Amino acid sequence: MSSIFMIMFTAILTENFIFSRFYGCCPFLGVSDKPSTALGMGMAVTFVMTLASAATWAVYNFLLVPFGLEYLKTIAFILLIATLVQFIEMFLRKFIPALYGALGIYLPLITTNCAVLGAALVNIEEGYSFVESVVFGFSAALGFTLAIVIFAGVRERLNFANPPKAFRGFPILLISASLAAMAFSGFSGMKF
Amino acid sequence: MKKSIPMLFKEGILTNNPVFVQLLGMCPTLATTTSVKNAIGMGAAVIVVLAFSNLFISLLRKLIPGEVRIASYIVIISGFVTAVELIIKAYFPEIDAALGLFIPLIVVNCIILARAEAFASKNGPLPSFIDGIATGIGFTLALVCIAAVRELLGTGMLFAAADGSGGIPIFGDWFNPATIFLLPSGAFLTLGFLIACVQKIRNTAEERALTKAIEMDAIEGGYHATLMKDPVSGKVIRRSSYREPAPAEDTAEEILEDPELPAEKAENDEKGAE
Repeated sequence: MSSIFMIMFTAILTENFIFSRFYGCCPFLGVSDKPSTALGMGMAVTFVMTLASAATWAVYNFLLVPFGLEYLKTIAFILLIATLVQFIEMFLRKFIPALYGALGIYLPLITTNCAVLGAALVNIEEGYSFVESVVFGFSAALGFTLAIVIFAGVRERLNFANPPKAFRGFPILLISASLAAMAFSGFSGMKF
Repeated sequence: MKKSIPMLFKEGILTNNPVFVQLLGMCPTLATTTSVKNAIGMGAAVIVVLAFSNLFISLLRKLIPGEVRIASYIVIISGFVTAVELIIKAYFPEIDAALGLFIPLIVVNCIILARAEAFASKNGPLPSFIDGIATGIGFTLALVCIAAVRELLGTGMLFAAADGSGGIPIFGDWFNPATIFLLPSGAFLTLGFLIACVQKIRNTAEERALTKAIEMDAIEGGYHATLMKDPVSGKVIRRSSYREPAPAEDTAEEILEDPELPAEKAENDEKGAE
């Protein structure tokens, strides 16, 4: 139980996917202009990442390992994630249209989100069990959501700021992300 | 829309640099730039993957159906990524240890997919291959720029190995390394300032081009305060240096006659003196 708690705490705070591992920076900088869109993206990522962690763990341990094909894990995982995203999209559109309305536009973007593939690969690298993998996927996605929502709030305020012309747009975003990352690196002293 | 080879290199490295101009591939850019050596390793891996995936996607572009093209591109790219990953694991274990998961994550690097979609799917194999190399070099140079700043300010050395040994000290003993540049926040900070520099350069260039266009417009219209267009040669000249063409010819004749006048006068003076 304590190891589960440790995995959660580490994945959300001390080794936050964006501010410490740099997985998923593209959507972080791309889709974080409003807290509502950021929350939508975060929820979609959480949904996909939890399922993808479970699915990739199963495929790796029941399919790749018995046949000695571990070196194919990158290809297998990216295909699995792409299929899974497509499948989730179809399933949601058919059965839960309300959720599809909220997450739909973010789903295609998730295939090429390195956070999902990153989580799947970290699970294998760390040798997590099935439950640990799912917990890691879920809490890493929560950490991602936390970061992206916090940053969307910062970004809303940035719209009213008046930085020098050269800093407008992307540079000022990165510099505020740097300050946010500094806050998160405060957690790194709490390693177990 | 054919582009020459130097043109492709110029676009990939400078005018359309994937990191500083297109702002793509942020994850490896931020994560693998703690030292120049890591940056070069990452850049080399991306050059190889980008060049070969571009080449093969271009060769297969007429066979791949439009609906499943993205999935097909990802399969081709991940094949090359796996090959590169195995090569790096076998021959450069220290680079593999330093870059960690970012080698397999090249699969989802937006630069590669963007070049496949925007260039390789529309152009022949050779231009696509060269475009891959050029964009890869642009990416590598951007990574090396960022890594140089971070490593220099973070450790005071350059070209250190992953364990921090073998670096060339640039500053003397007085330098106090700012470890924050090696931390994630330093990555965001450095990239932010470098992109600001690039934007400054681009803004200045744009402003210059705009000013020039406005000036040319004013000169063409003949209402520029100090400059004007010479009606004969069509060159832009200063208003103050302009002479009306017709009187200019007269003065030229006068100048031709002029030298005789003082001579005559001198003769008259001599006669008068006698």
